[in-house]
Formats: sequence, structure tokens, C-alpha cells
Amino acid sequence: MKDKGFRFILIVIALSFFLLLLIVPLLSVFVKAFEKGWGLYYAAISDPMAIKAIKLTLLTIAVTVPLNTIFGIMAAWSVTKFDFKGKNIILTLIDLPFAISPVVAGLIFVLLFSTSHGLFAPLLNEWGLKIIFATPGIILATLFVTVPFVARELIPLMEAQGTSEEEAALTLGASGWKTFLLVTLPNIKWGLIYGVILTAARTAGEFGAVSVVSGHIRGLTNTLPLHIEILYNEYQFSAAFAVASLLTVVAIINLLIKNFADWKIKSQNKLSN
Amino acid sequence: MKKKNVIPGFGITFGFSMLYLSLLVLIPVSMVFFNSSSLGFEKLWEIASSPRVLSSLKVSFTTAFAAALINVFFGFLVAWVIERYSFPGKKIMDGLIDLPFALPTAVAGISLTTLYAPNGWIGRFLEPLGITVSYTPLGIVVALIFISFPFVVRTVQPVLQNFDKEVEEAASCLGATKLQIFRKVILPEMFPAIITGFALAFSRALGEYGSVVFISGNMPFKTEIAPLLIRTKLEQYDYAGGTAVAAIMLVMSFLILFSINYFQWKVSGGKIKRVGGR
Amino acid sequence: MNIFGGKHKKTTLVVVSALLIASVLAGCSSGKAANGNNETGKEPVTLLNVSYDPTRELYQEYNIAFSKYWKEKTGQEVTVQQSHGGSGSQARTVIDGNEADVVTLALAYDIDSINTKDKLIDENWKERLPENSTPYTSTIVFLVRKGNPKNIKDWNDLTKDGVAVITPNPKTSGGARWNYLAALGYALKNNGNDEKQGEEFLKAMYKNVPVLDSGARGSTTTFVERGLGDVLIAWENEAFLSVKEFGDDKFEIVIPSVSILAEPPVSVVDSVVDKKGTRKVAEAYLEYLYGEEGQEIAAKNFYRPRNADVAKKYQAQFPQLELFTIDEVFGGWDKAQSTHFNDGGVFDQIYEAK
Repeated sequence: MKDKGFRFILIVIALSFFLLLLIVPLLSVFVKAFEKGWGLYYAAISDPMAIKAIKLTLLTIAVTVPLNTIFGIMAAWSVTKFDFKGKNIILTLIDLPFAISPVVAGLIFVLLFSTSHGLFAPLLNEWGLKIIFATPGIILATLFVTVPFVARELIPLMEAQGTSEEEAALTLGASGWKTFLLVTLPNIKWGLIYGVILTAARTAGEFGAVSVVSGHIRGLTNTLPLHIEILYNEYQFSAAFAVASLLTVVAIINLLIKNFADWKIKSQNKLSN
Repeated sequence: MKKKNVIPGFGITFGFSMLYLSLLVLIPVSMVFFNSSSLGFEKLWEIASSPRVLSSLKVSFTTAFAAALINVFFGFLVAWVIERYSFPGKKIMDGLIDLPFALPTAVAGISLTTLYAPNGWIGRFLEPLGITVSYTPLGIVVALIFISFPFVVRTVQPVLQNFDKEVEEAASCLGATKLQIFRKVILPEMFPAIITGFALAFSRALGEYGSVVFISGNMPFKTEIAPLLIRTKLEQYDYAGGTAVAAIMLVMSFLILFSINYFQWKVSGGKIKRVGGR
Repeated sequence: MNIFGGKHKKTTLVVVSALLIASVLAGCSSGKAANGNNETGKEPVTLLNVSYDPTRELYQEYNIAFSKYWKEKTGQEVTVQQSHGGSGSQARTVIDGNEADVVTLALAYDIDSINTKDKLIDENWKERLPENSTPYTSTIVFLVRKGNPKNIKDWNDLTKDGVAVITPNPKTSGGARWNYLAALGYALKNNGNDEKQGEEFLKAMYKNVPVLDSGARGSTTTFVERGLGDVLIAWENEAFLSVKEFGDDKFEIVIPSVSILAEPPVSVVDSVVDKKGTRKVAEAYLEYLYGEEGQEIAAKNFYRPRNADVAKKYQAQFPQLELFTIDEVFGGWDKAQSTHFNDGGVFDQIYEAK
């Protein structure tokens, strides 16, 4: 009996912490978003500036996700299928963007591409190129911030699966590429999707780093999170929360797919055990 | 060490990864050191030891530490409850744990400030008790707990999942009390995962900017965090000062991460464990 | 629920590759959109106006009016893009390569700062347009809650115990520097220009500040939405706008006995307009601000117009008070900046001494 009571108390504490910390802020976003009714909500998310921000965010996702996925697979392959010295350093490098302050992440690209203080300033001025305060800078900063996600998802998975299956396929005469496609890829499929989704979610939501390199030009270099900040600063609180709720819905959908992937991984692991 | 010679593609995958990491991470990050080294050590030290910088680092470290510590406790509790008990809403809870990961930090900051301001949903109940959250260090801690919450849960969860219940049962047969089992059997086994989760939460919290600026109030010497100071310095056209503070924070992040990776490597005997993001 | 498996694999592949191609194409087209020489042609032209926080509404309205005027006059389409943020950080983006054709910032110091590294703007930019290149002015006033429960009448009320004052951080906000200097100007005037007393006054006032937001807009939000503080020190136009946006049943404006004449400057960024070939239209854009329509729009957005006729028309809107300029009391921005706001300056000492 005493045990049950204890269990009950633990669940209650965990649940209330969870409610207070996660659910209430989540709810508040939606309540604020619909405070002034559907009409305003629709107007906020169909505003031309909002649409442009959505487009820019989608473009950023379209570039960062494939690039970081390819990198993630390559890095995971080299780190898990081979032995070499200094793996810890590579792993730390992969993790680094994760722990770096977003402000510093933005700053480093300013230090590289500023036309006055930047390392590449002479080149940029010579060729009339613009990296920061334009789309390339936003994409670069986002790429940096989301480097770890796919790699970090795949590395433990591939490490756990070992190399025996690949070795078998190769001994049977399959080419390296074929082995990857037919043996490795199916094994890591769900982990990969999981990583891709985290990358996409983070890309859509990145604020700190992007805000340093964006230049805040309306309709040109504003991503969705920056658009939210602008609306907020224009006293359009409901509109700000309306656009925020859009991102929140995307986040929740992402989490749903991710959980589905998670469940798949688990059932896969059970089969292989 | 087993030979892995049969498997092809080391050259291309390793080469590509290194190139990618160098271009995107190593070179950009080294810019900070490049720029701050041009200051000279003496000037760097002067900036780093100025009272304003020191106090902002202190605020950043103490709040991040407090948030990570609270997350160790509650994160472990939540992971435990999800893995061991069944109750209504468990699936939803499990699914939403990663929310702070996916939610834009600015949205988190705005909604937390709205909630905890003296006229907010939660703030208005705390106000009569004499607790102010928004615009105090406590507010920073709340925001940091929010954004770093998933780390501890997600590192502890898989270990709890794989934990051999037979050991617990054996201990119980030998007459150990619940508390003894928890302290002597479960906790030691969980320890590496907890440390990893703590370190990840801590390093993420240390650098957080987007959500904190809304709730902190940005008072010098009280609630001014180091990333904010970097921006403040930049906005005064003080590039050298900004990069100097950035360099200090970078070294911290790198040291924390490197020690986690090294620690994990040691503990798992050469195997790479999942770190974060699960 | 199998979204990704089986038959749909191909679709996913197609979608991903389509997105990739689209992104490459988008990259190309944005490259092409870079401006060529638009000096004389009738080709559409784009201007970028990098501005500070409280001018959002003003330039939103003005840009439309200018586009219409320019189209009628020359037949050329002009689109003006806007960027807003803290005055200092906005100037910094221009230094780092944000290609602004014109800058319309909170204070002259920020425009001067654009030249710290490379010379992007002609040094005599102030002389290029009337009134030291400041087409409109403003001042600093108080916003209090309805009924003025703390009975705030003048600057010295802000130093009283139990009055919570909201103002942004002068280190990051241009508006906050005007606030700071306005308060100091009052203190100097009432204490026979004694600097020590002035500092004491500031110390007492900032002791009453519970939150230092990084920008003027942040402070207004803190005061208005979060319900924090008894008085907001604000730009006159911000105060009017808040009353208009949130209702005069909630807030009222208090005019202090004396305040500073805030003169937000504008300038063409020479290096950018010469490169893009947009000098003519950029200069016209700023000149039109001094014209009747430009002045009218400024007045409607609660900026004090320079034009005497327009000023007369809107006379009732702007309260009369004694105004001093920064040159008179503090010897110009450069001096004020280095004495008060640089690292180790008076503002830092106020906080360090605490």
C-alpha cells in the first residue's frame, strides 16, 4: 500500500512539473493566437510578409536538411565502420555547434563575411558578393547550428549494429554502394528520418544565430522566428502568437513523426535482438 | 581491436566529413580565436577580468548550473515515471518531451514571459507569495529549465529501459529495502547517463540567448547573461571585446563537450553512446 | 500510418530533388536581381532603408507615398525595403555589409560610427540636407497609467522611493540614450550645472529601474503588456502611439517641465548608392521627407515636423515645453557618448557603484 502511495506521489510530481513547464506555455501560445478570433489569425498567417518568411524558411530547410543528412551519413560511416585515432576530437567537433551560444554562432559568420571586419572582406568586395544580410548567410548559420543532428542520431545506431552484415554482403560480392543502399540504409532508415526531422525542426525554429546575420530586411531576410519578433515589436501580439502557433504545430507534427520513427526503431531493435 | 578492412569508403566518407567539418565548423569557430588573439593576451585578460564580464559569466554559470541541476532531478523523475509506471497521458508526455528542442527559442521566451509576468497566468499566483520570476535570475533559470529539459530525460531514458530488472529483484531477495536498491543498485548504473545529461543541459543552457533576453530584464550585474553582453559589446562597435567574451564561452563549451565524449568513451570501453537528441 | 515506407519512397525522392533544384534556381534568380545601373532607366528600382525601432509605422506609410510620387514624377517603379532594430545594431549591420541605400537612425553618433572602419558615408553628411539632416524631431516624455496614481509630474518624481521607472538600456538602445541625457539635462539645469549632483540624480533614478530592455520597443511592451512599472520614459511618438494602440482609458501622457530635443538624422550611404547606381532616387527619397507630404506623414505619426506650415497645422497635437539640444548642454554626440555610454563611462559607474 505504501508503495502505491509513493508511486502516486511521484507520478503527480512528474505530471505537474510537466504541465507547468511544457503544456502551459504551449497552451498559452494558442490561446493568445486565437484571442482576437479566426479572422485575425488567418490574416496574420496569410500576410504577404508572413508568406515570404515561410518561403525563406522552407528554402533554408530545403538546403540544410539534404546537406546535413549527407554529411551525417558520411560522418557516421567513417566514425563507426573504421578504427582510427582521434575519434573523440571528431565527435567533439560534430557536437560543438550544439553547445555554442547561438549569438557566437552568428558572430563567427560576421567575422568571416563582414565586408569591413571579415576575413574574406577583400574577396567579397572585389566580386561584389553578399553572404551575410542575404539568404546565403542565413543558410550558412542554420547549417552550422544543425550540423550535429543527423550524425549524432546515426552514430550510436550504426555503432550498435556493428559491421557484420555489411561484411557478409561484401564477401558475397556486392559493391560498396550497393551494400550501403541495401544493407545499411534499411537498418538505419528510422534513425535517419528521426535525425532529419530534428534538423528540419531546428532549422525552422533557429532564432539567435540567424538574427545576428539576417539584417532584418522585411520580406527579404526575415525567417519565421524573426517575423514573429517583428510582429511582437509592432504590438501585434495576437499576430505574433498566430505565426508562432504555426511553428508550434509544425513542431508537434515533427514530434509525431519522430515518435513514430522512434517506435519503429524500438520494434526493429526487438526483432534483431 | 578488430580489423575492418573489408568495408570500403573510408577515404571518401572520412575526407568528406573532415572537409565539411573544417569548412563549416572548424574555420568559422577558429575565427573567434584568430580575432581575439590579435588583441594580445594582456588586453584579453583585461576584458575577461572586467567586473561587468565577470559578473555576466557568473550569472550565466550559476543560472545554467541551477537549471541543469533541477533538470537532473525532475528529468530523472520524469524518465523514471515514464519507463516504470503506467498512467493516463503517459504517451503524450513521452512525445512532448522534445518540444523545447523544436520550438523556436524566441517563442519560448515570449510565452514564458507572458506567463510569469506579474499579470500572467502563473505570475499572478506567485506575486502574492512574494515570488517574482520575470526579470529576476529566477526567470532566467525558468527559461533555461525549459530549453534544456529534454537532455536529461533523453539520456537517462534508454539506460533505464535497458536496465536489467533481475539485478533489482536479486537485491530485493537479499533483503535490500527499496531505498537501498535505488541508492546502491540503480543510481550507480544511471550515474554516467545522468552526468552526460547534466553536462549537455548545462552547456546548452550556458549559451542560450533567444528565450532568456525576453524574461531576464537584462540588468547589468544582476540578470545580464554572457551571450547578451557579447551582443551589447557588438552594438557598441566593440568587436574585439565581443569576440573576447565569445572566445571564453567557446573554450568552456569545448571543454565540457570534450570531457563528456572522453568520459563516455572511458565508461563504455570504446563504444560510442547516444548523446542527446535521442 | 506508414508515410515513408513502400510505394511512397519514390515520391519522397522526387519531392526532395525538386526542392533541391528549386533552391538552386532560387539562389540564381536572387543573384540576378542584384541591381545594375538604374540611374536613368525606367527599370524598377529597390531601395533599402535601414532604420531604428520606433519608425516602423512612419516609414510604412511614407514608403507608399514616396513610391507613388516617384512613379508620377519619373515613371520609375520604386520599392523601398525596410529593416528595423536597435539603432546601434542596425548601424553595425551596415558596417558589416548590409547594403542600405539610406540610413534613418536614432542619433547622429550611430551614423558617424558607420565610418569607423571604412568610409562608407561622406564625412559632411550632416550638411547635405537642411536642419543638420534631421527632417523631423521628437522629444522625451512620460507615459503613466490612467489617473497617474503615483502623481508623476516631472523628472524629480522619478527619483522618489517606490516609483518604478521603465527605460531601456542606453548601451544598446539609442532611445535610452536620449532618455538618459534628458534626465541629466533636467538635473543639471536645476542644480546649477553641478555634474556631481547630476550623477547623483541619475543614480537615484536608475535605482528605480527594475528592467533594462535592450530596445525602446521592448520597454514599451514591458510597461504596457506586462504591466510593470509606474512610468515609462519614452519617445514622444512612442508614447502617443501606445495611447493610440492600447486606448486612452489605460494610459496617459505626462509632459515634463523640460526635455531634450531629439533629432533623429538621415543620410544616404554613399558607397552603396554609387555601387548600385541608386543615388538619384535615394537622395530624392530623403529630400521628399522635407516636402509637405513627407512632413505631413511624419506629423501624423507623431514626429514633430520641421516645416513651419505643417507644424502650425498640427500645433494642437504637440504640447509646448522647454527643449534643449544635445549640442547646447553636452557638447555634441561624440562627447556625450565617450563621457557617458562607453565602457567605463558614467553609466557603467552608476551600476558598478551599486
